Amino acid sequence: MRVAMEREPDMSPKVFDTSRRDFLQASLATGGGLLLAFNVPARFGSAMAASTVSFAPNAFIRIDASGKVAITVAYVEMGQGTYTSIPMLIAEELEVDLASVRVEHAPPDDKLYMNPLLGFQVTGGSSTIRAAFEPMRRAGATARTMLVTAAAKGWNVDAASCRAEKGEVIHVPSGRRKKYGDLTAAAAALPVPNDVSLKRPDQFRLIGTPAKRLDTPGKVNGAAMYGIDVKLPGMKVAALAISPAFGGRLRDLDDAAAKSVRGVRQIVRLDDAVAVVADHMGAARKGLAALKIQWDDGPNAKLATADIVRDMETASSTPGAIARQDGDFAKALAGAATKVEAVYQIPFLAHAAMEPMNCTVHVRKDSCEVWVGTQVITRAQQAAAKVTGLPLDKVTVHNHLLGGGFGRRLEIDGVIRAVQVAKQVDGPVKVIYTREEDIQHDMYRPYFFDRVSAGLDAQGNPSAWHHRITGSSIIARWAPPIFKNGLDPDTTDGAIDLPYAVPNVLVDYVRHEPPGIPTAFWRGVGPTHNIFVVESFMDELAAAARKDPVEYRRALLASNPRAKAVLDLASQKAGWGRALSPGAGRGVSVQTTWGTYMAQVAEVEVSQDGDVRVRRIVCAVDCGIVVNPDTVHAQIESAIVFGLSGALYGEITLKDGRVEQSNFSDYRVLRINETPAIEVHIVKSTEAPGGMGEPGTSCVMPALANAIFAATGKRIRKLPVANQAARSDGAPA
Amino acid sequence: MPYAINVNGTARKVDVDGDTPVLWVLRDVLEMTGTKFGCGAGLCGACTIHLDGQPARSCITPISAAAGKRITTIEAVGTTVPGRTIQHAWVALEVPQCGYCQSGQIMSATALLATNSSPSDADIDSAMAGNICRCGTYPRIRMAIKQAAKDARGNGKGA
Repeated sequence: MRVAMEREPDMSPKVFDTSRRDFLQASLATGGGLLLAFNVPARFGSAMAASTVSFAPNAFIRIDASGKVAITVAYVEMGQGTYTSIPMLIAEELEVDLASVRVEHAPPDDKLYMNPLLGFQVTGGSSTIRAAFEPMRRAGATARTMLVTAAAKGWNVDAASCRAEKGEVIHVPSGRRKKYGDLTAAAAALPVPNDVSLKRPDQFRLIGTPAKRLDTPGKVNGAAMYGIDVKLPGMKVAALAISPAFGGRLRDLDDAAAKSVRGVRQIVRLDDAVAVVADHMGAARKGLAALKIQWDDGPNAKLATADIVRDMETASSTPGAIARQDGDFAKALAGAATKVEAVYQIPFLAHAAMEPMNCTVHVRKDSCEVWVGTQVITRAQQAAAKVTGLPLDKVTVHNHLLGGGFGRRLEIDGVIRAVQVAKQVDGPVKVIYTREEDIQHDMYRPYFFDRVSAGLDAQGNPSAWHHRITGSSIIARWAPPIFKNGLDPDTTDGAIDLPYAVPNVLVDYVRHEPPGIPTAFWRGVGPTHNIFVVESFMDELAAAARKDPVEYRRALLASNPRAKAVLDLASQKAGWGRALSPGAGRGVSVQTTWGTYMAQVAEVEVSQDGDVRVRRIVCAVDCGIVVNPDTVHAQIESAIVFGLSGALYGEITLKDGRVEQSNFSDYRVLRINETPAIEVHIVKSTEAPGGMGEPGTSCVMPALANAIFAATGKRIRKLPVANQAARSDGAPA
Repeated sequence: MPYAINVNGTARKVDVDGDTPVLWVLRDVLEMTGTKFGCGAGLCGACTIHLDGQPARSCITPISAAAGKRITTIEAVGTTVPGRTIQHAWVALEVPQCGYCQSGQIMSATALLATNSSPSDADIDSAMAGNICRCGTYPRIRMAIKQAAKDARGNGKGA
C-alpha cells in the first residue's frame, strides 16, 4: 500500500511558523527529516489572491531519516489522478521512485497550498497540472539540489561531480553512494538555492510514461477513506430533511413518532431543515420518515421552470455586457449573402456524485473539528469558523478522498449545514444527505438561454457572428472580485475565443439570476454550455453553406494549426465520410478551451421511434506535454461519459418551488450498457500542459447533437436529447 | 431483537430493528465502510454485497433477511478466487477514478465471474447495468472483466 489515505494524515510535522512562510525554506523536521516548503507567486495576478495572500508556498516534501518521501498534495484527489500526477512531477526532479512516495492530504492553508492559477487553495477548472507543472518540478529539483550539495560537502567533492538517482546521491568518479535518508540533517542546514535547473522534456523518465496510480490499491479492497467513511468514538449519524421549496422555512414539527424510533437520539431543528440524529443511518432515515413536518414554502412556493425560462427569454432580448467585439457585426450582417439565427437552451443540471454530500463535525466549547472531502478546504474552515463563532485557528479540517467532485464540492453549503446541526449535538455527528436530498438540494449548473446569429458571405463562410449568452453568473457569487463590468471570464469561456477565422464577432452577456434555485460550477464550467452552442451553430452554418461539417471547419482553421491537427486526426480515425447504415450519423466538434485542443467525432444510431444509441466516440487531443498518458485517456473516457449523461438525459426541473427529480430513477445517468466505444488519440506535443478534467465533457455534447442531425435531419437546440424524440424516418415525433 | 449474522466468515450479533438495511449495519454498527451508500433505493449498486454468494443491494436488504446467510463484503472478496482475479484486473487496467462506486462494481463483477467463465458483452451489460459510475469507468470495467475471465481460464488450465 503506497498511499496513506486509508487513515488520517499525520498533521503534526507540518505545523510551521506562518511568519516564516514567505520564503522558500528548509528546516529540520521532527525526527530529523528534511522539510521543504516552497512558494509560488500568483502568476495571473488574481484578484482573489490579492485580497488574502501575498506570497504563497503551496506544498511540501518530507523526507525522513529512513529515506521515505511524503508529499503533501495541495490538489485534492477526486478521480482525476492528482495524487499520482503531482507526485510524478516532484519525483521526476527529486529522483526517487514513484512507488516509494507517500501521499498526504493538505491541511487548510491558502498561503502554503495556493493554486497559483486561481489564487487560493482550490482544485477545479481543469487547472491542476497547468498550475502545478513548473512549481512542483521546481520543488523536487530544489530538494534534490540540496541533498546533492549535502552529500558533496560530506565527501568534500564538487557537487557537479555528483548526481542523484533513485533516492541516492552518487559521486560519479568514485562510485560512492549515500542515501537521501542519511543526508536529511545535513541538507536541512543548507541555504535554499534560488535557482535550480529543471530537466528538459527529453530528459524526463517519469513524465510522459503511463504511471500506475498510487491510489488504486486502496480503491479495490474497500480501504480507501472518503469523507463519508469517517469513524469517531461516540459519533452519531444524522439524516436531513431540508425545506423542499427553495427559500422555504420550517413551520411546525411533530417529532413524537420519530423520537420513539429505536436508535434515534435527538431531533435538531434548523430554520429551514430538520435533522434526525441517531446511532446509525438506518435509524436516522426511519426517524426521518416518521417526522410530521409542516413547511412554509416561502417566496418561491409557486415557482416553475417555465417561469424562469420565460423571464430569461425576455431578458435575452436586450443587449448585455460586451465580452468581445471584433469588427462591426451589424454592418457585416447587413451585407451578408445568407443569414442564419437560432436559439439554444440548456437545462439546470445536478452533479449527482456517487458519494452523496456529507460532512462530519465535532463542535466543542472552544474548538471545532471537521471531516469532509472538499475541493475548497480553506473555505470549509472559514465557514465552520463563521457558524461556530470560533477563531479560524480553532477550526481543524481533515480532507479526504472525494467520491466525485464535478464542481459540487467547490461549495460549502453542506459544511455550513453540518456545523449548524453539530452545534446542537453533544459529540461528533456525521451528517449525510440522502440521495434525494443530494439531488433536490444540490447547487445546479445554470440554465442558459442563448441567441446566436451569423451572416455568411457568397462562399458560405461566416462574415459576421453574434452570440448573446443569458444566464446565471456563478463567478459573481463564488469569486466576486473577478466579476467586473457585468462580465465574468467563466460564463463566456468558449464563446469569446472562437478557434475559427471570423472577421466580425460580437459576444455579449446578460446576467440573469433565477429566483430560488442556487447555481454552481458543473464539470466543464462555462465551456460546457458555450461549446455546445458554438459547435452546434457551426454545424448549422455548414449546413446552410451546403458544405461538409469537417471541411467547413477545416477551412476556417487555417491559422490555428493545433486545432486543425486534432480535427484532421479525429476525422481520419473516425472514418469521416465513409458510408453508414440508414439511421446512423456522425457529428463533429472542435474546441480550444483550458489550453487543450480537442476534436471529437460521435457516431450515433437513431431508431425509427427516436431512441438514440451512441455507438462510438473518437477523440483527438493535443493537451501539450502529457504527464500521465493513461490518466489522459481515463479523463477523456470519463468526461465523455459524463457529458453524454448530461446531453442525453440530464435535466433538473422545478414545480411549486421544488426540484421534481429525486434519485437515479428520474435523474438518469449513463450506464455501462449505454456507453459507446471510446477511442482517444493523443497528439505528441512539447507545448505547455493544458487542462484535462473537463474538455471531453464540453466537446462531446455538440458532437452528439450534430450526429443526431446527420442521422435524422433534426437539429437539437435544446438539451437534453431524450426530451425530443428525433425520428430517423423524418416523421414528426 | 439481536440478529446473528455471518460477515466475511465471522459470526456477529447486532441489536437493531429487523428492517434496518444491511448497509447501515455494516457501515455504522460494524464500522466496515468499504461498502458504500449511493442511492438508498437499489438504483446504483454502490452498496452491492454477496448474500450466500449472490449479489444483493445492501441498502434495500433488511437485516432480518440476511440472518442465517453468509454476507461477503469488499473487505473480504479478495479471499475468493474470482474476487482476487477481478481485483487484480482492476489494478492492472487502472479501472478506478474517484473509486467510490468501485466496491459495488467489483462485487457485481465477481458474482458474474463466479458463474460465467467467459462473459460476453451482453453478459457484462446485464450483470453490470445496475452499477452506476459517474466517473465513467465503464469502458475499463468491461475490459477488466474480460481480462479477469481470461486470467481465470489461464489459471484453471495451469492448475
